[in-house]
Amino acid sequence: MNGSTSSQKHPLDGLLRTDRIPHIWCPGCGIGTVFSSSLIAIRSTGAEPMKTAVVSGIGCTGRGAGYVNLDSYHTTHGRAIPFATGMKLANPELSVVVFSGDGDLFAIGGNHFIHAARRNMDLTVICVNNLNYGMTGGQAAATTPYLAKTSTTPLGNPEAPFNLPLLAYACGATYIARWTMLHTRDLTQSITEALTRTGFSFIEVLAPCPTGYGRKNKLKASDLLKVYQEKAIVKNGANPAETILDLEQGITLGKFVEYDRPTFAQNYKAVTSD
Amino acid sequence: MEPAVLTGEHFLNGDVACAEGALAAGCRFFAGYPITPATEIAEHMSKRLPQVGGVFIQMEDEISAMAAILGASCAGAKSMTATSGPGFSLMMENIGLGITMETPCVLVNVQRAGPSTGLPTLGAQGDMMQARWGSHGHYEIIALAPASPQEIFYQTITAFNLSETYRLPVLIMADEIVGHLSERVIIPDSSKIKLRSRPRPKGRKDRFLPYRPGANGVAPMAHAGEGYMVHFTGLTHDEKGYPVMTAEAQAEMVDRITGKIRKNLDRIIQVERYRLEDAEVALISYGISTRSSLAAVDEAREQGIKAGLLRLLTVWPFPEDMVRELAKRVKGLITVELNLGQIHLEVQRCAEGRAPVVLVGHAGGSVITPEEIVEKIKEQVG
Ligand SMILES: Cc1ncc(C[n+]2csc(CCOP(=O)(O)OP(=O)(O)O)c2C)c(N)n1
Ligand code: SF4
Ligand SMILES: [Mg+2]
Repeated sequence: MNGSTSSQKHPLDGLLRTDRIPHIWCPGCGIGTVFSSSLIAIRSTGAEPMKTAVVSGIGCTGRGAGYVNLDSYHTTHGRAIPFATGMKLANPELSVVVFSGDGDLFAIGGNHFIHAARRNMDLTVICVNNLNYGMTGGQAAATTPYLAKTSTTPLGNPEAPFNLPLLAYACGATYIARWTMLHTRDLTQSITEALTRTGFSFIEVLAPCPTGYGRKNKLKASDLLKVYQEKAIVKNGANPAETILDLEQGITLGKFVEYDRPTFAQNYKAVTSD
Repeated sequence: MEPAVLTGEHFLNGDVACAEGALAAGCRFFAGYPITPATEIAEHMSKRLPQVGGVFIQMEDEISAMAAILGASCAGAKSMTATSGPGFSLMMENIGLGITMETPCVLVNVQRAGPSTGLPTLGAQGDMMQARWGSHGHYEIIALAPASPQEIFYQTITAFNLSETYRLPVLIMADEIVGHLSERVIIPDSSKIKLRSRPRPKGRKDRFLPYRPGANGVAPMAHAGEGYMVHFTGLTHDEKGYPVMTAEAQAEMVDRITGKIRKNLDRIIQVERYRLEDAEVALISYGISTRSSLAAVDEAREQGIKAGLLRLLTVWPFPEDMVRELAKRVKGLITVELNLGQIHLEVQRCAEGRAPVVLVGHAGGSVITPEEIVEKIKEQVG
């Protein structure tokens, strides 16, 4: 895990529920780094912390809501986005961040992602993609690579994974980026941009789950980090249809999409006030 | 802006009256998904909410509708959704989240006959036990049952008041017949409508404990954006709202969220007693079935039989003491409901064998007639 576990005073202390440390994340887990980047980004926007709310679903990533010293809501599996939708619409002054896992956001909660993106709901969605269900012991997810081993695909995954940036683009997300937890600077920059803009922003972050995915596929945390380093192809502005996530062929990273169109709230206001 | 309270005399169906009741209660956020026979509630809210500065959103399903109203409530809005059987089933998990996070909101179930897709356009009261126990785990719920458009108007206001006072999702268990029946509805002047709102924190923000209960067992609620930096979770939690994975924390939390209802039964439960003082046979009924029950009581009295009715406005929590007391002094109890015996089980439980209990009910799709009830009354005294 990252610096947030250290016993010294941490620069993010104000944004951390220090009384809840130690956290549950395993040694070598990538979630903590993504979590730290998110907090640094929240701080760097300069916005009043009390105007930011964090909503998570269920999973190891979903526990993020429990460690952030902001208004934070740890909801049900897959339902962080609709919960955040209600929150944002009830109080448009809030900046609402969804921090959750790939299983939560794209398997059980996939339908909500699709529709929130279509509506251009003004939310920032950060997805920690560890290629599996970490919390329940490393089962296959909608992001698990073809033929990869998980506890429910012991002979190899027969399914093809989503390419999340392409899915987000097709659904209408207006900001789309993908990084790995090694690319902390770019990642923090992307989250900051997402937080300061208006519209549905989606950031996928690859992060190792050594306990689940790693163990089953004989990849130590350091092996996965090496893959991230060696296979990264940074291509800002890449067409989402041409991005790939293949641990052998390469992993396209970058800020792929950013454009403006009216949000749900803006359109709602326009059509209902005449 | 149009007024939120449409004071005056109207001719409305139950669904529309429910929506107007919600607006009068201060509801300013509605998330829903269309389903017969509840759709008119959503349609009416979609028209009316923007007129009063509120927001309507049609979600992608009932799971997200329920999640959205919880999120809106956590940001401070009085919020509601409305559905029928299949959608009610989809809402169950997030009802439990609302119970555990202690988030006020109102959920209307305009019941149709089930199971499954059942009879979409025909009424029933078959979801009463699901209302009580449909979400997993042990909890208490509040559920009201209206018998007319006028009553659903008032009960929707009551539902909001109860949800705000006790911080939980409150259910209105209507049915297709009440939902689609058009009758006179009088909407009073807004000054005559008493509204309650959730208890709110006072004092230092950094010392605030989001789940430390006040005098009536209910903790004050801080909203997102107010600077209290609260943590809400569906995990078992302590007064700080922090997860604690022990049997002791579980006992403490569940005792508290059930206790706030159990300790306030007298304030929550509402019933109407009709010709019960000298009754030898007592009917126990709720919602649409009370209309036939009332007629049956009058008819039986015409025929010289001392019948009476305990009309449950609140079905959950169940008025156990009242039924116990009745069972001690009548010759027989009759449950009247549009299912094959759900609240009937409660009546039997509370009668404790002191009086025979029989059911007048069927699987739904049509109302129960007064004649069927009178027959049973005669059998009870005969
Ligand atoms: C309705 C429901 N189904 C299943 C579960 C069990 N469950 C908890 S977390 C999880 C998967 C989490 O995976 P992901 O979102 O990728 O998070 P990670 O643990 O990998 O960070 C599952 C299936 C649940 N909590 N709720
Ligand atoms: S199981 Fe995987 S995702 Fe969960 S904390 Fe451990 S390493 Fe991280
Ligand atoms: Mg995962």
